[in-house]
Amino acid sequence: MEFLVASAIGILTAGGIYLTLRLRTFPVIMGISLLTYAVNVFIFASGRLTVGAPPILSDGVTTYTDPLPQALVLTAIVISFGMTAVVVMIGLGAFLGSDDDHVDDQPETSDSKAEGQS
Amino acid sequence: MSLFFIVALPFFGALLPGLMNSAGRSACAGVTFTVSLLAFIGLLSNLPTVLAGDVVMVGIDWMPVLGLNFTLMLDGLGFFFATLILGIGLLIIAYARNYLSRDDNMGEFFTYLLLFQGAMVGIVLSDNILLLLVFWEITSLSSFLLIGYWKHLPAGRQGARMALTVTGMGGLAMIGGMLILGQIVGSYDLSVILQNRDLIQADPLYVTALILILLGCFTKSAQFPFHFWLPHAMSAPTPVSAYLHSATMVKAGIFLMARMWPVLSGTPEWFVIVTSAGLITMVLGAVIALFKHDLKALLAFSTVSHLGLITMLLGTGTAFGAMAAVFHILNHATFKAALFMSAGIIDHEAHTRDIRRLGGLRKLMPVTFMIASLAALSMAGIPLLNGFLSKEMMLEEAHHTVLFGSHWLVPALATFGSVFSAAYCFRLIGHVFFGPVRDDYPAKPHDPNPGLWMPPAILAVLVVVIGVAPFVAEPFVKLVTASVLGGAADLPSAHFKIWHGLVPALFMSIIAVAGGLVMIAVFNPALRLWDRTPRPEAKPIFEAIVEFVTQGARLLILPLHNGAFSRFAAIGAITIIAAGFHAWATGTLGAPTREAQAASPVVIAGWVMLVAATAGLVLMHRNRLLSLILIGIVGLMVSIGFVFFSAPDLAMTQFTVEVVTIILLLLALNFLPKFTPVESTVLRRVRDAGVAIAGGLATFGLAYYYMLRTSVAPPISEFHLANSYKGGGGNNVVNVILVDFRGFDTYGEIIVLGIAALLIYALTETLLGGPVRARLLNRKPDQKRAGNKHPIMMVVLTRVIMPVVLLVGFYIFLRGHNEPGGGFIAGLIVSIAVVMQYMASGFAWTSSRLRYPYHGVIGAGVLIAGFTGIGSWFVGKPFLTSAFTYVRIPPFHKFELATAALFDLGVFLAVVGAVMLSLESFSRLAKRANMADNEYPMDIDPSRDDPDSATSGQAKEEV
Repeated sequence: MEFLVASAIGILTAGGIYLTLRLRTFPVIMGISLLTYAVNVFIFASGRLTVGAPPILSDGVTTYTDPLPQALVLTAIVISFGMTAVVVMIGLGAFLGSDDDHVDDQPETSDSKAEGQS
Repeated sequence: MSLFFIVALPFFGALLPGLMNSAGRSACAGVTFTVSLLAFIGLLSNLPTVLAGDVVMVGIDWMPVLGLNFTLMLDGLGFFFATLILGIGLLIIAYARNYLSRDDNMGEFFTYLLLFQGAMVGIVLSDNILLLLVFWEITSLSSFLLIGYWKHLPAGRQGARMALTVTGMGGLAMIGGMLILGQIVGSYDLSVILQNRDLIQADPLYVTALILILLGCFTKSAQFPFHFWLPHAMSAPTPVSAYLHSATMVKAGIFLMARMWPVLSGTPEWFVIVTSAGLITMVLGAVIALFKHDLKALLAFSTVSHLGLITMLLGTGTAFGAMAAVFHILNHATFKAALFMSAGIIDHEAHTRDIRRLGGLRKLMPVTFMIASLAALSMAGIPLLNGFLSKEMMLEEAHHTVLFGSHWLVPALATFGSVFSAAYCFRLIGHVFFGPVRDDYPAKPHDPNPGLWMPPAILAVLVVVIGVAPFVAEPFVKLVTASVLGGAADLPSAHFKIWHGLVPALFMSIIAVAGGLVMIAVFNPALRLWDRTPRPEAKPIFEAIVEFVTQGARLLILPLHNGAFSRFAAIGAITIIAAGFHAWATGTLGAPTREAQAASPVVIAGWVMLVAATAGLVLMHRNRLLSLILIGIVGLMVSIGFVFFSAPDLAMTQFTVEVVTIILLLLALNFLPKFTPVESTVLRRVRDAGVAIAGGLATFGLAYYYMLRTSVAPPISEFHLANSYKGGGGNNVVNVILVDFRGFDTYGEIIVLGIAALLIYALTETLLGGPVRARLLNRKPDQKRAGNKHPIMMVVLTRVIMPVVLLVGFYIFLRGHNEPGGGFIAGLIVSIAVVMQYMASGFAWTSSRLRYPYHGVIGAGVLIAGFTGIGSWFVGKPFLTSAFTYVRIPPFHKFELATAALFDLGVFLAVVGAVMLSLESFSRLAKRANMADNEYPMDIDPSRDDPDSATSGQAKEEV
């Protein structure tokens, strides 16, 4: 199971990095989202994996999983929504302002053809 | 008055001039004067204690762990400097009232001046060296503001920058030195440090600490080779030059050398560094000063020279030298401030400070002539004026000083410097006031009103009084000297006298004055020689160094960071992976301590779905709509993973966040192209894939490695589990951590979330306020639109389930403390309920039914959470301490009331507000022209929305 979670983190990271290095805003945002999942799961996994022991105190139960990474990740998930929204807004604003959704400044305007296709 | 008030008064008083600005210039200056006067009186109220030889100490703990305490100390030395700062400050304020013109913002000026004054008083009264450093930096900053006060003058801005760079770098060095000193002694309190002379001087780091501290002192007090900033700071208004750059700030370095004298001086290192720096500065400053044509530049270099003189005296390390230094600090402050103010008067009246354009002012400005001449003659070392006394003490000390094994080096150089010193004083008097009256002054000079000449006149009186009757100043100077020496040496028994007999110092004085007269006689040929001599100019050198450093930084940064995101993201990823690999390769790896758990087929199925979705997303990311669906699957699988691994709260959060994120991205995709074109080369894609695979392997390795090993230190979660119910009153430990144990974190996070939402709102406003608005209104949808914008099924369904969803949200919120749930999740659920109304019934319909703006909801949330936290102050507990109790209202079951629930309510509101404000902002972009805002939730009657029909027209007008 540890191998599966670790490999999932690795695959999410790899996909995230690849998409983050793309040239248009939308894939970059997708990439950042994937990286967010990877980081959240990574932090969550620092509490080690435990099945069937949620940190809800109840009588007669002595094993609980580590609650602290969960609390940290919980706020991280909500904050990451806020951050994604800001990045999307910035990307959208840039696209609406210049009709160009490239992440980097374009040296020449030969891309307008590609723009027209989409 | 308590020392706290003396330091605090100028700082709090700094708020007043700005407020009084509109009340008029006199009110503005008046309030500043009153503040300084109060501080001055407060200082004088401590005089009896100081005269009795006692040290006034007050202090409160600030950060005792760091050794940083707000402790103040007033002894003779501190009192002396504080008197100079506040006393001359009063004169300067009165002078500045008359000096500044109507165009100058007086409130701003006096605010800076009071800030500076407070910081200076703080330096001289600090007992804690860390506190002293804080005040030290404030003087650098406020002096920057004061030098650059005339923002329209390029010279002012450049001078301010140069002063800040030089003194700021010195300050940095000094922080290092002070920290070393504190480490050696084990305390940052001056009163302790000053008792540990032997310990400090025996330490191997003594020389390092000494050099670092001296760097701070030399830069601040304009000692060679850092002297060049002071003349450039002269582009400040003259009151600033008189106050900061002659009487107070430039003496801060000297103050510190005097303060540290008992522990740092007396070693060969101290002697060689301080004495030679002082000697060089003194001679160099005097020589340059003679050939300056700008009155203020002349005075600036003469200040440099005199600071060098004082530094040299402190460097000798003898008690007599220290006493001469203290006496000269006093004398220099009086005559130099008077001279600066006189220069300001001449500039003010004649509209020029260029000596070559002046002359003959003796008859036109008799009062100014008297004041300036007395001060200048004192500076030249003419008997019966105070400068003579301390200068002779300096020459006497120089006569006994042996530097580099030479008996004649110091006396010869001191006399040489004195010759030039006398010469520039004579030049100042001769070339400005004597000579024929000219008819080509830029303005007709005459004596100003008493408001301008009274302050320097008061100082000139002091110059004469001390000069004629030195025994008046003697007890005070000896008192101050005693506190400089601090028991490290005996107080010298010599008395201040005008006539000492035919001692060597007298002959040196005579040579200086005679030499000065000769220099003036041959001034013109000497000037020609000076002008022909090539010499390095400080300003171009300084600028070249700054330029060189900037170029170096550019050379380093631009290849790495040329503004292209995809470039530096790749570089960043590679660097992080490389650093991690280095740590991995050089560190030690422990053996696995945990058993790998067996995976059930369900888990494997989930893993396959996650991996497939991720792979599909990467491969098919060009189809943007498809990639949204795929990332939804990824999020769903992550949520399910959280459920499986005992994290129900996380799963609920991830799930609800997923919904709002997808809605958000759909809204954005509405405007963006639906497909990503193929642009990057195959090579580039291979490169990116390589980086990505390396990164993936790295995180995989790291995660796999630590999941099979227990943590090195026991996690603090044991505490949380043990105290969740006892201390926080909740069974859901994750929620208790959020609202109680780490409530302050959560508080910060809801604020961040609120700011993010406001940022989105602001960006939307900007977009809609600019040229984009027209394009948005007139854009043609790039995809077919559904004929029925608001399907009846959806409208009905969302309305029916709205109360249900709200109820669920409320339930989730309430049970959050004991079961999975809480403010974050409830907030997201309620947001989804509201968003569904927007989607089904339309933007206008929903927002017209909205009673509270989302900004207000965010604000209310943050305020409720904040006030809940503050509430615990009233019962004497730290911020955000929660309290809870159990109540039972029949016929209900016993339930819990906790302040944490109130905090969670704040979280809930902030989340609802932030999510809704973001989504609403996006939807506002979707408004198009010729599309009536829907007044009705459903488009059942097509004729109703016809632009020609009367009802719709009315509806539009109402909007």
